[in-house]
Amino acid sequence: MSTIVGGIFTSHVPAIGAAIARGLQQEPYWKPFFDGFPPVRRWLEQAKPDVAVVFYNDHGLNFFLDKMPTFAVGAAPHYENADEGWGLPLFKPFEGVPDLSWHIIDHLVGSDFDPTTCQRMLVDHSLAIPFELCWPDAEAWPVKLVPIAINTVQHPLPSPRRCLALGRAVGAALESWGGPERIVVMGTGGLSHQLDGERAGFINTAYDRHCLDTLGPDPDALTQQGALDIIEQAGSQGVELLNWIAARGALTGRVEEVTRNYHVPISNTAAATMVLANEAPVPA
Amino acid sequence: MTSSAAHGPAPRRTIPGTPIFDGAAATQGYALNAMCFSFNDPANREAFRADEDAYCDRFGLTAEQRRAVKERDILGMIATGGNIYYLAKLAGIFGLSVQDVGAAQTGMSVEDFKAALLAHQEKMA
Repeated sequence: MSTIVGGIFTSHVPAIGAAIARGLQQEPYWKPFFDGFPPVRRWLEQAKPDVAVVFYNDHGLNFFLDKMPTFAVGAAPHYENADEGWGLPLFKPFEGVPDLSWHIIDHLVGSDFDPTTCQRMLVDHSLAIPFELCWPDAEAWPVKLVPIAINTVQHPLPSPRRCLALGRAVGAALESWGGPERIVVMGTGGLSHQLDGERAGFINTAYDRHCLDTLGPDPDALTQQGALDIIEQAGSQGVELLNWIAARGALTGRVEEVTRNYHVPISNTAAATMVLANEAPVPA
Repeated sequence: MTSSAAHGPAPRRTIPGTPIFDGAAATQGYALNAMCFSFNDPANREAFRADEDAYCDRFGLTAEQRRAVKERDILGMIATGGNIYYLAKLAGIFGLSVQDVGAAQTGMSVEDFKAALLAHQEKMA
């Protein structure tokens, strides 16, 4: 019987990867962000996950506009990072867990979702940076990966309500998985930021705090509005919050906040990190 | 019966200063975004650096897209369908950080743009 140990939610700004590569974690600009991670790692040491199911958005590495899936589930034996256009050092490869991926896909389609399935899939910084932050000294990642990409690039975007429902369906799939795995769920990106347009640089700390306060206890409250409403309040790329909402949905038990950190700015972004532990409901 | 207007495109919602990359923009910007996507390959970045015009030709950019690229006009690229996730790869070739790109779009100096981001810290303190 698998166990969903909890969820890790964190920003994935490319500059974080560059800061790691250059060893800047203790520099005054970066320290307040990186200081959010020792409690995450302590929790991971206790939770001991061996699989990560990661909700993220591809930034034009694996998907282009010729084929843009709303939801895509990886079902590959392994995943690699590749040059995203900036010639940065590549992130370590990831081991997949195809039988669990297909179990999730079966369950999703059986629940009236229509995901794209990927047996070849490059994964970008938005998936790799959270791994680097969680397991900075690992020679190889200590968890296997099931990547689930959500379109946050090309409108129409999936609604927050639909993303929460997707996450809940993934959570139900994980609960019904017969394997012994301990599974951590991740949602990456956000919080408020906007890279494009005359409103570039937009940050909304009040909305971010509302999201952080609400995600654990009342995720449905974050789905009462549409994706465009999130963009209005959190900025164009703040809509990566959809990944957080989906990941929260996969936590099917009683959740408890373990740690959070919020720091502005990292690059153009209000950076946030949070862990929600998931306590499975006691069987009746 | 409803009027024929019901069959036309719905009125698009606007958020001031915020491009919405929808089907119309994705259609208009396909060539420009395809060029930017090609920059995942370092050989293509090199080819662009070697001869920008020839590289833009290869992807069939419109005159306005070519002008925007030539002049490093980010808002112009967005207005012609460029999407920031792909344009970020072109910005990298130009040696522009996201703060440089943000400053260019807002008409601020890079220093002021960065200061405005940092100012959120003080407001929270």
